[in-house]
Amino acid sequence: MKNILHISIALVAMIVLVSCGGDTKPSYQYMPNMYEPVGYKTYGEYEVFPGKQEAMLPVLGTVPRGYAPYEYPDTTKGSDAAKKDLKNPLEVTQKNLDAGKELYTIFCAVCHGDKGDGNGILMQREKILGIPSYAAAGRLINDGGVYHVQMYGLNSMGSYASQTNELERWQITQHVMNLKATLEGTPLSVPVIVEVEEIPVSETNNEETY
Amino acid sequence: MQKVNLKRLSSILSVVALALALLLSKNVLAQATPADDTAAISANGGDAALGEKLFKANCAACHKLYKKATGPALYGVGDKYEKEWLYSWVKNSAALIATGDSRANAIFEEYNKSAMNAFPGLSNTDIDNLIAYTYTEKKVSVAPAPLPGAAAAGSGSGVSNNIILGILTFVFLLLVTILFLVTKTLNKFAVANGIALPVREHRKPIWKSFIENQFLLLVTAVIFLLGSAYFIYGGLMSVGLDQGYAPVQPIHYSHRIHAGSNEIDCNYCHSSARKSKHSGIPSLNVCMNCHKSIGEVAEGVQAEGLAEFGVDYNKEIQKLYKAVGWDEDNQNYTGETEPVKWVRIHNLPDFAYFNHSQHVTVAGVDCQKCHGPVEEMEIMYQYSPLTMGWCINCHRETNVKVQGNDYYNKIHEELSKKYGVEQLTAAQMGGLECGKCHY
Repeated sequence: MKNILHISIALVAMIVLVSCGGDTKPSYQYMPNMYEPVGYKTYGEYEVFPGKQEAMLPVLGTVPRGYAPYEYPDTTKGSDAAKKDLKNPLEVTQKNLDAGKELYTIFCAVCHGDKGDGNGILMQREKILGIPSYAAAGRLINDGGVYHVQMYGLNSMGSYASQTNELERWQITQHVMNLKATLEGTPLSVPVIVEVEEIPVSETNNEETY
Repeated sequence: MQKVNLKRLSSILSVVALALALLLSKNVLAQATPADDTAAISANGGDAALGEKLFKANCAACHKLYKKATGPALYGVGDKYEKEWLYSWVKNSAALIATGDSRANAIFEEYNKSAMNAFPGLSNTDIDNLIAYTYTEKKVSVAPAPLPGAAAAGSGSGVSNNIILGILTFVFLLLVTILFLVTKTLNKFAVANGIALPVREHRKPIWKSFIENQFLLLVTAVIFLLGSAYFIYGGLMSVGLDQGYAPVQPIHYSHRIHAGSNEIDCNYCHSSARKSKHSGIPSLNVCMNCHKSIGEVAEGVQAEGLAEFGVDYNKEIQKLYKAVGWDEDNQNYTGETEPVKWVRIHNLPDFAYFNHSQHVTVAGVDCQKCHGPVEEMEIMYQYSPLTMGWCINCHRETNVKVQGNDYYNKIHEELSKKYGVEQLTAAQMGGLECGKCHY
């Protein structure tokens, strides 16, 4: 009888030990001093920060490196002005078009569809409805307008300024204009000069700086 | 018990939904047949079925039927405005506002001067159909008295299982008690009748004979030592190893639904993985890109969440709204935000450097290679061990993507020559150097 008791105690102890390494808690660390950084870790929790959060908004009035102000306000007037005056500063190159296509597939195609006909997967699955085609009648879609919408969003569409930088938004714009041209059957923008090394717009907008 | 009830409810609901769907599809079919033309055309002379299609294609981005969205709720809009006014509004609202029409200007002001797109492509008949559609009554998902068939046919296995288990336990306990009582009574009878009960002869206790048997003792000791060594080794090897770590997050976010069913690219939310050391946790504005429109999940998804994972997805969306300060009724931000304290899953020790952009953008490694089948994970967990051996192994096996990287052409050629290989692995490029990751 005693043996059985001992065995059962051992079994219970084993089970407890094994279940301690449960999935909702991290495992033990050997010499945590080597694991835990001295500096503040990204997304860490530290007393010095408001709300203990390391993740904070940039200080008011500061700008990231390579930042260029966007002058058109988020109003109907601003949108009209952007449509009228804002032009794509990027040259049409294969590199830009490819990058634009890739970015478009990541950020836009879920709703607007790979062809820009407003038939993305979220539309097909009826999660989000009423996404217009780029070729829809009665809409003025041009370089400035497309960029402006990415900057601020429009109606139900959100702003993509936090996910893309200036260069990327213009690359997407280039691709969108080509999609629109394909849908409407008008001539596409094709690369004029194939090899371009220098790009006028700075790449660092929302990158981390060290 | 509450959970059980909900399960039952959902099964009933699904049956009801099915019945409704059948009913509706029948209606649609009826409307499509030319013989029923008179029946199909509703009071204002529009076809609701055609209107629904138009609505979903053109209007639904900004308008919902029963709820305010970017624009007003459109249920019964034909009662509020006469047709002629609606025609001109839909075709070109800006022009109508410009004429100084008081009602047009009133609605324009009410919605913060956000201009409605002009729809010159819609004919008067189209708009009639749309108006007809706006009279569609809201589907009320009521649970009627449970049908006898539905309860039996539904997935009420949770209930019956519990009940059966309970009954079995009860019966078992009853048997034990009865047996005990019977023995007791029999013993009493025996004593009363003067029958001598068989006396158990005193034997050597089993543990004593066990100890006296040297061989058995030795074998047991060896087994015990081996067993404990196994567990101790396993325990020590798991120190600092978090494979399978799946903490409870403040908002139940399903990668299965977002990345799996809806095929949203990983980089959509984790946009900094392409160009930064970290694959950032998306800020809530990224969630709101879609969830501004999606305030509730589809009925099927909701039922699935409740039944399979015990999660009320709609409640989780409400948590998001609360955190980001989104007032769903008025469709604006209140400005009262609160942080969502996500629990970080993948933690590298401080002495190891890892950069996402290097792997995602430069090497073109799929996210799934390290993070596993995220698109199937209802609850996110750490898929890879993230040990040094695991890193090194991949560096040894993975060929470097050298195409389209003309700047390094020469050095790649030289290295290939040096190692006498066609394809360079990351290890041959210095991917095993200590200083690459530890500095």
